[in-house]
Amino acid sequence: MFTELLLTTLARFLSGASVRWIDCQPDTCQRVYFANHTSHLDMILIWSALPHDVRKLTRPVAAKDYWDRGPIRRYMAKTYNALLVDRKEIKVHQSPVDVMLREIGSTDSLIIFPEGGRTAGETVGEFKSGLYYLSKKRPDLELVPVHIDNMNRVLPRGEFLPVPLLSCITFGPPMWLEAGETKNDFLTRARDAVRRLKEVD
Amino acid sequence: MTARDWLLAAVVVALLGTATAVGQIVQRQPHLSLNTAALTTFNRRIRVWWIFYALLLVAFFSPTLTVAIFGLMSFEALREFITLTPTRRADHRALFWTLIFFTPMQYIFVAYNYYALYSIFIPVYAFLFIPARVAMAGDYKRFLERVAKIQSGLLICVYCLSFAPALLYLDINNALPGAKARLLFFFVTMALLSEAFQFIWSQLYGRHVIAPTINATRTWEGLVGGSASTALAGMALWWATPFEQLWQAAFMAMVVAIMGFAGAMTMSAIKRDRGVQDYGTLVEGHGGVLDRIDAICFAAPVFYHITRQIFGIK
Repeated sequence: MFTELLLTTLARFLSGASVRWIDCQPDTCQRVYFANHTSHLDMILIWSALPHDVRKLTRPVAAKDYWDRGPIRRYMAKTYNALLVDRKEIKVHQSPVDVMLREIGSTDSLIIFPEGGRTAGETVGEFKSGLYYLSKKRPDLELVPVHIDNMNRVLPRGEFLPVPLLSCITFGPPMWLEAGETKNDFLTRARDAVRRLKEVD
Repeated sequence: MTARDWLLAAVVVALLGTATAVGQIVQRQPHLSLNTAALTTFNRRIRVWWIFYALLLVAFFSPTLTVAIFGLMSFEALREFITLTPTRRADHRALFWTLIFFTPMQYIFVAYNYYALYSIFIPVYAFLFIPARVAMAGDYKRFLERVAKIQSGLLICVYCLSFAPALLYLDINNALPGAKARLLFFFVTMALLSEAFQFIWSQLYGRHVIAPTINATRTWEGLVGGSASTALAGMALWWATPFEQLWQAAFMAMVVAIMGFAGAMTMSAIKRDRGVQDYGTLVEGHGGVLDRIDAICFAAPVFYHITRQIFGIK
């Protein structure tokens, strides 16, 4: 609880994040927040941008190979109730999507970064297919696009000291997998939904 | 607090109250066909000035705390400045030192009254460090331009602003701490008044816009009329200042008005270049810290140094 408060305050201070909800409201219904990924602080940032009651029911999905290394990272992952997913060893009945769906049950929401890793931040990279399979297996989940602006300048890849500039987190209108939509079409549409949020004033 | 302190506080409250009332009344008169955008800006500014003055009351009790408040304002203003200025990946380390080291150090030196250090710390040491650090990062693309951006931000947002709380440490004829706090209030009040006067003069008599591409609301009439009015206001508040002569108070007020104008113009130019209206989104739709303090930033070091000259402080 204390660690959570401390880390959240610190992350907010370092990122000076302003939070915007565009055609979307915070809600405790089951959702998948999918965002562009440019820094290690992204997970904490989106999580702390959510209201407290939503936060309690939201689990960020993070890479096991990064967050399971060393006691500090493990502790932080635990504080954020992170759902650690193995990027390396993917087994048939233990696919990340199956693990995620099993873990959230019928109450929790997810934060995922479909690019699969951090990018330089100028553009949003191609999405991995996890988002598609998630919504194919659970079409009732609301998919909320999230755009994180400027975090690539706060803590770029390869740097460990953050520069406390101002960033902006934008939550966009929820979307769903349309009937008969192909994987590629859906992933392109999802990626465009994130990219579009960058342009909104 | 002495009687003079209370009187100055009363004057400030009366001024802000009047400005608030005028702004609200004019806003409800659509037939006057005034520049609505400028009027909204004006009303917002007044609202922020209320908060600013409330914070500044600390100056009467603790100079150190006042320095801390200005330090936080600098920090916020600088991060707004850098956020809106494109930097490259290789500037990261230089930016880190600028925000995490140079900014707090400048205010620590002010709080300890090391004038010999804080008057050169940024223009010499920081300004030499920044290009060297950027060069070490190995990216030479638009090198001078990038260095200049970081240096300008540090100079305007941190170095210049730090001279406002430094007024509290001036050794003026063994004056009481209250007199120094009043000097800071006088300075801030003149900045506020010049803002208001220039706005009113521009609205009423403005014919010749100085640079329409930069700021369409700043006119020559506004500058001249506003500065003259501010000088008169400075004379009226002479009793609150440590200045011995009436003309000194008037002159200092005019200096604040002209420098405040220079600051607003400069920041407008930077904003136009970046294609933005305001610097930050700290409070939804209220602009940023930097939008509110641009005038003070430019006026503070000049006001401080002329005051030193007037009192012959070595």
